[in-house]
Amino acid sequence: MTELSKTGAAVGEPTSASPAPTAFLEVRDLKVHFPTDDGLVKSVDGLSFKLEKGKTLGIVGESGSGKSVTSLGIMGLHTAGQYGKRKAQISGEIWLDGTELLTSNPDDVRKLRGRQMSMIFQDPLSALHPYYTIGQQIVEAYRIHHNVDKKTAKRRAIEMLDRVGIPQPDKRVDSYAHEFSGGMRQRAMIAMSLVNNPELLIADEPTTALDVTVQAQILDLIRDLQKEFGSAVIIITHDLGVVAELADDILVMYGGRCVERGPAEKVFYEPRHPYTWGLLGSMPRLDREQQDRLIPVKGSPPSLINVPSGCAFNPRCPYADVPKDNLTRTVRPELTEVGSQHWAACHMTQEQRERIWTEEIAPKL
Amino acid sequence: MSENAEDTVVTTPAKSEGATLTKDAAPGETLLKVTGLQKHFPIKKGLLQRQVGAVHAVDGIDFEVRSGETLGVVGESGCGKSTMGRLITRLLEPTAGTVEFEGKDITHLGVAGMRPLRRDVQMIFQDPYSSLNPRHTIGTIVGAPFRLQGVTPEGGIKNEVQRLLSVVGLNPEHYNRYPHEFSGGQRQRIGIARALALKPKLVVADEPVSALDVSIQAQVVNLLDDLQQELGLTYVIIAHDLSVVRHVSDRIAVMYLGKIVELADRESLYRAPMHPYTKALMSAVPIPDPRRKSAKSERILLKGDVPSPISPPSGCRFHTRCWKATEICKTTEPKLVELRPGQQVACHHPENFEDQAPQDTVLLTVAKEAAELVADEVLAESAETSAAVAAEVAENADSEVAESDSGADEEAGQESTDK
Repeated sequence: MTELSKTGAAVGEPTSASPAPTAFLEVRDLKVHFPTDDGLVKSVDGLSFKLEKGKTLGIVGESGSGKSVTSLGIMGLHTAGQYGKRKAQISGEIWLDGTELLTSNPDDVRKLRGRQMSMIFQDPLSALHPYYTIGQQIVEAYRIHHNVDKKTAKRRAIEMLDRVGIPQPDKRVDSYAHEFSGGMRQRAMIAMSLVNNPELLIADEPTTALDVTVQAQILDLIRDLQKEFGSAVIIITHDLGVVAELADDILVMYGGRCVERGPAEKVFYEPRHPYTWGLLGSMPRLDREQQDRLIPVKGSPPSLINVPSGCAFNPRCPYADVPKDNLTRTVRPELTEVGSQHWAACHMTQEQRERIWTEEIAPKL
Repeated sequence: MSENAEDTVVTTPAKSEGATLTKDAAPGETLLKVTGLQKHFPIKKGLLQRQVGAVHAVDGIDFEVRSGETLGVVGESGCGKSTMGRLITRLLEPTAGTVEFEGKDITHLGVAGMRPLRRDVQMIFQDPYSSLNPRHTIGTIVGAPFRLQGVTPEGGIKNEVQRLLSVVGLNPEHYNRYPHEFSGGQRQRIGIARALALKPKLVVADEPVSALDVSIQAQVVNLLDDLQQELGLTYVIIAHDLSVVRHVSDRIAVMYLGKIVELADRESLYRAPMHPYTKALMSAVPIPDPRRKSAKSERILLKGDVPSPISPPSGCRFHTRCWKATEICKTTEPKLVELRPGQQVACHHPENFEDQAPQDTVLLTVAKEAAELVADEVLAESAETSAAVAAEVAENADSEVAESDSGADEEAGQESTDK
């Protein structure tokens, strides 16, 4: 947190006229829109954050809140539009270690991808190629960025498989993806994404497809590897337990925007957005006494084509009528600082939110 | 549409309620009894399709479901919990064992024989996208059970379907819509409405919320809860999420490789799990509390994956991953016995209880590996609790004069756990 607290002050109010990036990864006002027959899908609509090396940012939100689209945007995987005119419309700035990625030449970005930034996908079976051995795929990833012969690359692949805890790596390097179990596939994919020592690692729901016992192993592995390599990690998940395990900072997304962002402790113990309260209330917890009932968020997630006017959360928010003048339904709230390094986008006043949290929400959790 | 999906409190007309209640067995009575249930899927190979082996998906399980309760079934993927669900609903034919529903043996009933029972046993499926026919309207889907059973409810099928839709918190006017017009949570509600149509006694829900978002999960969990109270339903809920299972269940069965390793009521299971596997499983659940991030020492990391159910390990199936395994675990399969009232465990060296096979030699290889995985704190704590329990048991034993000798045994057991 210490590094972030020096530099994070500008995050709440992104201004496109501020050229000098101060953090290792800085995303400013990122927008990713997809034109479709039904209208423009605003998957990500103005997202800004910073991340330093050695730190972990957790992005949480429901499906369709724009988490994965953000990560693909950073990796530069949207612009390779599949359907001609139907390309994603991306605007904003993504600064990675002093380079702006959105305006860079795609070839330059390709050189960074895999080497400086890499990604772990949710479903390892569809992310790994069924026709090539695990070893071949890791060797390919390594040789694209390093001018070495196949033998050296294979040695490196075995070394990485060993590092991520695959037994008998010298034999398993010649196995195919289908010969691995779910947990081992995910380990193999982690090995592949770390083979070039990337400085930024994006893990998109890395454990969602796995059993709890295997999940615990993988989370442990990611944590250890981060310590060892000192990379910056973005972990995207819908599981608050997973973020609490790994993240230094948490960004809560709703309807393509950030609704709350802050250090993990703050977001869990002093959340200042009704949606975060909803997420915390709807989760059964093993570490607490049994609750009688969960407190769900009513309704369902918004359509990203017709995002509700004003605050996107207003149709589901139990406190939508607290601010005066129907403000929640007409004006979109901006992120405002609610504590040190802690921002939330809500029209309720700071006092109102503090009162509701301490009196109404916290006792029920 | 969003307001329809609200967490509505269910209101059922009084007439239907009365009808269900008279049909039901009195609460607490055994509704479903399963004895020695097995399902082996044959593996066939070669030109002649000769059987070369079998997947031991469910390998001899016994349990009872009492009327009005919720039995939760947890385990890792591949432990046979879904197969078990399909066996008790008779969607699969068991290899061996018996399934009794309301005292009647239904193990080998044919399609026609099962038909009247299909009214009483219904299923909710995991994936709300593939379990609804995309070419049928909601009305047809929810009304199908009536047509199949040849039942005409009071007021006609349409009225009844609309009533069911409102019971599960959907707008009755959506009768003519198609599944693709609904979100995941709403589709799961449609599946629930269909399962409830014939007023079943037993509902088997296979991962009912795992495909849903967290906020929607809570809505569906609350809905299942309300329906149980309103309609006096009995649930068997199969899930891999331990926190959800704890929230919904009265009793919980933990499965590992086709066997039940622990079956206990919720309180005892979560407060003092006895089987090492249960303990490891529970410690692996990530706790949504950043302040406990550093408390990693509490976690038991199991090594590797679940062994193949084609050739499960000998003796106790968990011995290959267990940090307490001894020679006996390798050779003798522990029986599921009731060690404490309401808590059945199949283990030679249970946690939070006296050791069942104290003087046995520790399997060196396993213990060595496990020592790295299990933090010293956990071992110390486990030894402590076992010692405490042993002392307690010893006290009881002393008071019962007949078993006065056993005290010495337990002390020996305590030493061996201290190791």
